[in-house]
Amino acid sequence: MTTASIHIDGNAYSVTAGQSLLRACLSLGFNVPYFCWHPALESVGACRQCAVKLYRDEKDTRGRIAMSCMTPVTDGMIVSIEDPDVRKFRARNIEWLMLNHPHDCPVCDEGGECHLQDMTVMTGHTYRRTRFRKRTYRNQDLGPFVNHEMNRCIQCYRCVRFYRDYAHGRDLDVFGIHDSVYFGRHEDGVLQNIFAGNLVEICPTGVFTDKTGKRHFVRKWDLQTAPSVCVHCGLGCNIIPGERGGELRRIRNRFNGSVNGYFLCDRGRYGYEFVNSPSRVRQPLRRDGRGEHHKPLRSEEARALFADILSRKGRVVGVGSPRASLEANFALRALVGPEHFFAGMADTELALIQRQIDIMKIGPVPAIPLGKVATCDAVLVLGEDVTNTAPILALNILQACRNAPMARADALHIPRWEDRAAREAAQQVKGPFFLITAHDTWLDESAELVFKGTPDDIARLGFVVAHFLDEDCPSVAGMDGDRTDIARTIARSLGQARDPLIISGPGTGSGYVIDAAANIAWALRKNNRNARLSFTVPECNSLGLAFMASQAVDSALAAVERGAADTLVILENDLFRRTDKDRIIACLNACKHVVLLDHLMHGTASLADLVLPVGTFAETTGTLVSSEGRAQRFFQVYAPQGDIRPSWQWMRDAMTVRGTLRGASWRYLDDIIAAIAGEFPELQPVIDSAPPGAFRIKGLKVPRETHRVSGRTSIHADTTVHEPKPPDDPDSPFAFSMEGYGGKPPSSLIPRFWAPRWNSVQALNKFQSEVGSDLVGGDPGCMVIEPNTGEEPVYRQSIPEVLAPSGSLVPVPLYHIFGSEELSMFSSSVAGRAPCPYVALNPRDASRLGLSNGDEVEIAGRWRGPVVLRAGLPEGIVGVPSGLPGTGAGITGGRVDVTKVTS
Amino acid sequence: MLSEDERMEILKELEGAEDAPSIAMEALRIVQGRRGYISDETLCDIAAFLNMTPHELDSLATFYSFIFRKPVGRHVIYVCDGVTCWVMGHESIFEHLKQRLGINWGETTEDGSFTLLPVSCIGACDHAPAIMIDSTLYGDLSKEKIDEILKEHR
Ligand code: SF4
Ligand code: SF4
Ligand code: FES
Repeated sequence: MTTASIHIDGNAYSVTAGQSLLRACLSLGFNVPYFCWHPALESVGACRQCAVKLYRDEKDTRGRIAMSCMTPVTDGMIVSIEDPDVRKFRARNIEWLMLNHPHDCPVCDEGGECHLQDMTVMTGHTYRRTRFRKRTYRNQDLGPFVNHEMNRCIQCYRCVRFYRDYAHGRDLDVFGIHDSVYFGRHEDGVLQNIFAGNLVEICPTGVFTDKTGKRHFVRKWDLQTAPSVCVHCGLGCNIIPGERGGELRRIRNRFNGSVNGYFLCDRGRYGYEFVNSPSRVRQPLRRDGRGEHHKPLRSEEARALFADILSRKGRVVGVGSPRASLEANFALRALVGPEHFFAGMADTELALIQRQIDIMKIGPVPAIPLGKVATCDAVLVLGEDVTNTAPILALNILQACRNAPMARADALHIPRWEDRAAREAAQQVKGPFFLITAHDTWLDESAELVFKGTPDDIARLGFVVAHFLDEDCPSVAGMDGDRTDIARTIARSLGQARDPLIISGPGTGSGYVIDAAANIAWALRKNNRNARLSFTVPECNSLGLAFMASQAVDSALAAVERGAADTLVILENDLFRRTDKDRIIACLNACKHVVLLDHLMHGTASLADLVLPVGTFAETTGTLVSSEGRAQRFFQVYAPQGDIRPSWQWMRDAMTVRGTLRGASWRYLDDIIAAIAGEFPELQPVIDSAPPGAFRIKGLKVPRETHRVSGRTSIHADTTVHEPKPPDDPDSPFAFSMEGYGGKPPSSLIPRFWAPRWNSVQALNKFQSEVGSDLVGGDPGCMVIEPNTGEEPVYRQSIPEVLAPSGSLVPVPLYHIFGSEELSMFSSSVAGRAPCPYVALNPRDASRLGLSNGDEVEIAGRWRGPVVLRAGLPEGIVGVPSGLPGTGAGITGGRVDVTKVTS
Repeated sequence: MLSEDERMEILKELEGAEDAPSIAMEALRIVQGRRGYISDETLCDIAAFLNMTPHELDSLATFYSFIFRKPVGRHVIYVCDGVTCWVMGHESIFEHLKQRLGINWGETTEDGSFTLLPVSCIGACDHAPAIMIDSTLYGDLSKEKIDEILKEHR
């Protein structure tokens, strides 16, 4: 990268040459107004708002007006942002853009964080002169997530550029011409793209707003916020939840250049309403006997009862949770003792995740940060339906696929940031993206080559690819010619790439698939490719939990069955999602005491003797480890009402009553974090994932409320006229207050993006070291897996056999972004998009079995649903949706019979 | 449903084309030639045939003034509202047409003979003000000349 020296309004600056002038100006901190440009979407020059003046040389006094977003930075450039002509141009331009704008800020959900408001004020357009009628539009119903109010549009085209070009959506477009340009759908209907919610943040006006937020709307300045981490999959996207009046109001993206960048998926954005759900456990509950109803009890009684249960000399085992923090899991582990602590997932799942950890640790191929996926130039997905199990990874794969075709733009000397021209040059050419999965997926359309097969087929094909790359990898016997050709094509393409990426995960339930991915990545590394791996995990702390336990739910139940345990303490977990239903019921009944600490009423809760109400991610502070191995702290957003407390505090107090356990001495969350680091040297980085609770800036805490928050003296007026003292928070550097340090905190402590004159989300520009790159001070999070890059890995040798043909089918879980994840299904908007239980069959298998669409069938004696014919499912496979509420644990492995239910 | 003939004609356009969406305009023109306009249902049929979504195809269809998404009269009058025509009296031409036909922009006369549409520059600046009726260009217009032309088309 060469630097250029440029002059802006008489001062010299040194910037990277070749980038767009707008980006350079913004990175230097200048307030150049813009609309159509976006750091992730780059330039199209559609809005004419970013005008600056360019001068030929020192002697040129007149200059010419140019769009800074369409002008490359060159050495010696002379620029003016403040020239009176160009200022006037910008004010006039915004006046034009707003000719038909309804000026309805007071009733617009964007108001107070609107880029159009900010830019209008910034350009100085204050007086509307047009006398004519405004054109008006009919709005559309776009489904449960996104609200539509077309009259507010300024025709910047960002929405369609994000939706169509970036997220590959095909049901939002632009219609009409001239002064009647409409952004919407061909007809009303649910936006199908799973990233549609980003329109809320991409649109610089109030056309697209958060529809779920409308039900409990609060202005940005009135929200209490803290940095947090999404709990709806294993990727660990960074989020900003906002609360007011004890209700969680919305989720916004929190930029992290190494993780999610600018975008969230719709599960992450809209799953939050589980926190407000009527199914929340808000007070301790107990049952006096099996079959009795739960009765509420007071906190002190609950604490005493919990301690009493633990001190009855019972044989206690604890079941942790992949959706609870490291701290909560560690507290349970301390409570029951390490040998009695079990990971709250199926044993098979724990084994798969630990296999992934081993591969990442061995090196020499490190896990790629989610935020760097888009820089890869070839991608192979082995087995995982990433769209539904790791959505933002899918979005980033789509961007990676553009890199190879972009060579055509490079050859024409079109800068990649000139988005329209670069896309035009690359045409519809598909990049080297290969998908080997068990069924058709949304990404198929974007892939150069797709192969469908059983998990064993997938693994075998993967091993062949690895063998083509390095003869030292085991070869696979009995591969047919077609598959060998496919493998050869993939191997050749990956071998030619500079930065190939291999993606896999536990989704198929097969360890062979994971091993095959490792062999390919290692073979590529041996070929001197800068290969990277990415393994997904199912839940937000699956990886963290896998560090702490060597056994899981099935082993815990076995302990009960053996009589080695008679008391179960279950942390934030519904066991019915983990393993066989009858077995769980039998075990729970066999126990003397079952204690559950959780925030939602579910199957396991209804069978527990004591249920302790605990805080969700929004009401507690803790650390999660993402699939990449990044420890990230999420901070409590608001103080919960009533008896809700963090899980670790319930357990700490129980240990205090018993007096003997070392957890009794934990006063603050940081005490547990220190204990975790002491016990697990690998988890040492957890300490550094964010500053400790005692952290202060200039002696001050970081305020969760904005300096403009309204009504702090009147909001409680219905109950008291005195302003209550804000709750204390010794566990984090944040205060439940508008008072505190007003400047920019360290990157892991940014509670919201706001800067003077920048009220919208675009204020983010002011927090990045360069616009679009990492946050000042580095992106938050610390890696807990340090790959051992020096060592030569030993290729995985065991390859699955080809099964003899049989009439039975191989069960494969089908994941649904809306439906398969537990917590988000307590959010009504997400639940409304989920499918009902079904059984998917290839039409040929169905006809062989004498089944047709809609027939009720049963699998393995425990799964029921109507048949859905799906041509994209290969023959020999039966697809069963994973994780739908009430359907219990999925079915993987082996073979099953599908039988018709005759009622 | 597209007719067999329509399919054949579209398939012919597809020969040698890079991909189906690149001949979308041709397909719309072919079907409109036979049906007079593109209904919502027709639009969805063409989109499916070209492996496009209705949203994608409608985006194109609504951009072009010569593709009709609603029924039109036997003759379509396009009145140029480009800059030159505007300077040369576009407004009085429009007023006159409006008065003679008793319809406004986008409307069709009761007898179904004329539809009135604005169109951006039709490249006849040297003969401004100009209009097109169906595919015939009429320039250097005056009120009298318009009356004559309308008579021819009645
Ligand atoms: S809807 Fe929003 S994003 Fe789309 S063009 Fe209009 S103002 Fe821009
Ligand atoms: S991809 Fe996963 S972590 Fe990211 S927003 Fe979606 S559910 Fe949350
Ligand atoms: S931001 Fe440069 S033209 Fe829109």
